[in-house]
Amino acid sequence: MAKTALQFRHNGRDVAVFVEGGVNLLATLRDLVGDMTPKFGCGQGGCGACTVLIDGDAHLACLTLAETVEGRSVETLDGLKDGPNLHPLQRAFMEHFAAQCGYCTPGMLMAAKALLDHNPQPSREEVVNAIAGNICRCTGYEPIINAVLAAASGGRARA
Amino acid sequence: MPVTVKTFATSGEAAAALSSERDARYLGGGTLVMRALNEGDLSVSTVVRATDRALTQLDIASSRITIGAGVTFARVLAERELAFLHPVAGSIGGPAVRNMGTIGGNLFAPMPFGDFAVAMLALHATVSVQGGYGARDTPIEEFLAGRDRLPGALVLSISCQRPSGADAFRYRKIARIKPEGGSVVTLAGYLPMSGGRIVGARIALGAMAATPVRAKAAERALEGRVLDAASVAAAVAAATEGTSPVNDSLASAWYRREVVGVHLRRLLTGQD
Repeated sequence: MAKTALQFRHNGRDVAVFVEGGVNLLATLRDLVGDMTPKFGCGQGGCGACTVLIDGDAHLACLTLAETVEGRSVETLDGLKDGPNLHPLQRAFMEHFAAQCGYCTPGMLMAAKALLDHNPQPSREEVVNAIAGNICRCTGYEPIINAVLAAASGGRARA
Repeated sequence: MPVTVKTFATSGEAAAALSSERDARYLGGGTLVMRALNEGDLSVSTVVRATDRALTQLDIASSRITIGAGVTFARVLAERELAFLHPVAGSIGGPAVRNMGTIGGNLFAPMPFGDFAVAMLALHATVSVQGGYGARDTPIEEFLAGRDRLPGALVLSISCQRPSGADAFRYRKIARIKPEGGSVVTLAGYLPMSGGRIVGARIALGAMAATPVRAKAAERALEGRVLDAASVAAAVAAATEGTSPVNDSLASAWYRREVVGVHLRRLLTGQD
């Protein structure tokens, strides 16, 4: 079957790949672009491990048809750090022990980034709602919520 | 298995492609069709898309509102004019699902999903459908009853009357996982008042049958009555009539039948 040419911005860099019909954005990012940060969890939209930002809004890469991001901007965890410097959210996750096995962490960080980009000073309830679509089976969520709140209050000063 | 993706500039061309190919599915936000593809659903051989801007239009200035089929739940939540639908849109998925899932797609969501359709059923909505021979408007009840036998049709928009008062439209979703999760039971009520009495009561239930259904016996118990203890008790007693819930991982059919009356009482009396 014929492949389709696809071009989009990946963490600020233009990429061009050929995708097969029906392939999702997660497989495109992992297999064709080589960005392993978005994870495959359920493939059903239930776990949030594949959360990426498309034009600044949180989307599930596994439920996004690759062709629909033509000409759009896709941000993943791989683009969060600035060279050797971790993003304030990443540092807060480390300091608050918000990652154990780490499988949900890329999705959690992107969901949290989507929140803070739109709402730099969220309430605790707003943080809970922002990560409601992301499942973590290790931490019990409290350290994650605390990390996002800490990044929100102190992020810019330490960035 | 790779599928063929066909993208069209207009909804008319997309509808024509859907009607000419047997195994074609329309892709809206992706939360239903991409899930099916990820699970290896071989019944889908062609995916049809439309980039038509008309599909994402909102017409909400007057008392009758029209929402394009491609409008997302996040967009509904961003519109102050649609505040009466915010509890509905906000009860669906997490933020990423709400950024993707569409109003049109929700009409096809199998139980325990499809909460927006429950609200639209209570609000007496009309679904505009583009078929091979042009567009037609269908009452949502008729649409939902026949949604699995709709080959070659594309939903363009959904419209309903804005509820007259703040109390006229009520919504509750019972889920085990909060703030997101599939529905144990979803209830939406439209109770317009005239001279202190209910005129034109509509109660819609989600996860109580294969599609959202009206609780017609409960509606009859409320019609023309004052909303008081007696009429509420009569509606609650009739709540399960015409329903056919099933067992799933969230609740048994028995449990759903047991609790739907409890939650209908809370909906009608405004209890939390």
